[in-house]
Amino acid sequence: MNQNLYRKRIMINRIGISLSMLAMTLGLFVLLWILSVLFINGFKALDLNMFFQSTPAPGTEGGGLANAIVGSLMLVGFATLVSTPVGILAGIYLAEYGDTSKTAEVTRFMTDIMLSAPSIVLGLFVYAILVAQVKHFSGWAGTIALSLIAIPVVLRTTENMLRLVPGSLREAAFALGAPRWKVATMVTLRAAKAGVVTGVLLALARISGETAPLLFTALNNQFFSLDMNGPMSNLPVVIFQFALSPYDNWVRLAWGGALLITLTVLVLNILARVYFRDKTPG
Amino acid sequence: MTESPEQTPKSAIQIRNLNFFYGKFQGLRNINLDIVEHKVTAFIGPSGCGKSTLLRTLNRMYSLYPGQRADGEINFYGQNILDPKQDLNLLRARIGMVFQKPTPFPMSIYDNIAFGVRLYENLPKGAMDERVEWALTKTALWNEAKDKLNQSGLALSGGQQQRLCIARSVAVKPSVILLDEPTSALDPISTAKIEELVHELKSEYTVAIVTHNMQQAARVSDHTAYMYLGEMMEYGKTDQLFIKPKKKETEDYITGRFG
Repeated sequence: MNQNLYRKRIMINRIGISLSMLAMTLGLFVLLWILSVLFINGFKALDLNMFFQSTPAPGTEGGGLANAIVGSLMLVGFATLVSTPVGILAGIYLAEYGDTSKTAEVTRFMTDIMLSAPSIVLGLFVYAILVAQVKHFSGWAGTIALSLIAIPVVLRTTENMLRLVPGSLREAAFALGAPRWKVATMVTLRAAKAGVVTGVLLALARISGETAPLLFTALNNQFFSLDMNGPMSNLPVVIFQFALSPYDNWVRLAWGGALLITLTVLVLNILARVYFRDKTPG
Repeated sequence: MTESPEQTPKSAIQIRNLNFFYGKFQGLRNINLDIVEHKVTAFIGPSGCGKSTLLRTLNRMYSLYPGQRADGEINFYGQNILDPKQDLNLLRARIGMVFQKPTPFPMSIYDNIAFGVRLYENLPKGAMDERVEWALTKTALWNEAKDKLNQSGLALSGGQQQRLCIARSVAVKPSVILLDEPTSALDPISTAKIEELVHELKSEYTVAIVTHNMQQAARVSDHTAYMYLGEMMEYGKTDQLFIKPKKKETEDYITGRFG
């Protein structure tokens, strides 16, 4: 045995581990820093009024985020309702039907572009085709913009998860005389269920923090509104506007809203992980 | 065991001049073979000889993959199943297949069996229960599974899973069952159970089995085909093929001098 070679390997191993530990510490440090600043400022802003009062007018005291919270829930909720079936069905098409066809290739390419497109571009697109045509901002326009961001995420995860299902399972279902759509929906989609649900939750987390696409679509609304045809208040845009404002109570509310969104995203991510871990056999 | 009169054994499947291609590679060369009704036909031969390929032509499983094609004729009770107009789903409901690795569907044991049945039959709840019990009894799984019909099929052991897969095929009541190395992933006890099962099955079904294990072929089959490099080297009654093979190549393989 060559002792020198062995020692050299141990040295290289130590250097490698040290470097990766350093990188990890750096990443964690920044993350913890962001989170601690957010938590300290956010919890100071947190009170019951935040959930029951609407955003205050300039110069008035107090106020809350009720309109923005409800608005965000509606926008994100409708966007999830739209993007989940579209994304999952398109994912099934790509994984189970399209394979190497031209349509599938094009769809896959477009999805990749959509995934990496800056969200502000999608917002502008909806502004141009919808808001500019009907000449007013609306909750529906916001929903469409958010859906455009969520669909490629759901689509890609669904496709990838379906591709992880072993071909033998598919063949076994075909061998019983099952038509393709039954194989896809009853067998492979079921086998990939945990991954697909995770994809939906991650897409939800992604769009609940998006600001740029909402600036041109749902805009904002100072008042409490459930009308999806009109401008709609929402947390990200309120945070954006209030954080830049000169009023102390506005800045305080912006911190509170930021904390709410972060906690939501955190909870969604943890849910997705736990769900995926528990439902994945083996 | 009583031998039935042997003058004209009826063929379930007649294979004529079958060639098979994976793209440009020819996997099967001019295969001619009759698979006799209500008998067990075994396919043996070294890895890559085409025995699994041959089995996968019989239910057109290869049609799932572009680039794979077959020419020649496979007559299933007189009907050429290589005809492009052949309805593949109906064909596969009549010629069932069980694979090397157990492939339970991610659903309950009950639904694993009912899945295939529901495709072509609209049974009321009671009749479906009976069918599930019948299929599980036939595959000697009923006693082990009757108390956990609502549990996932994935919770069974490997041997039980494989019997579940056979039960699933049997439940559809096909006329032919293809077994592609059904015991190669199983322990000896599970293997013995499945071999017993194959014996049981042939009273009602025609069985074709691919196996790497020559003793298994000798134990379970009535006819054996020895394949090598995509060609049918020798085909005959199992006892004759194993006791006095006609060709030297066959003898070399079954005596372990080659392969």
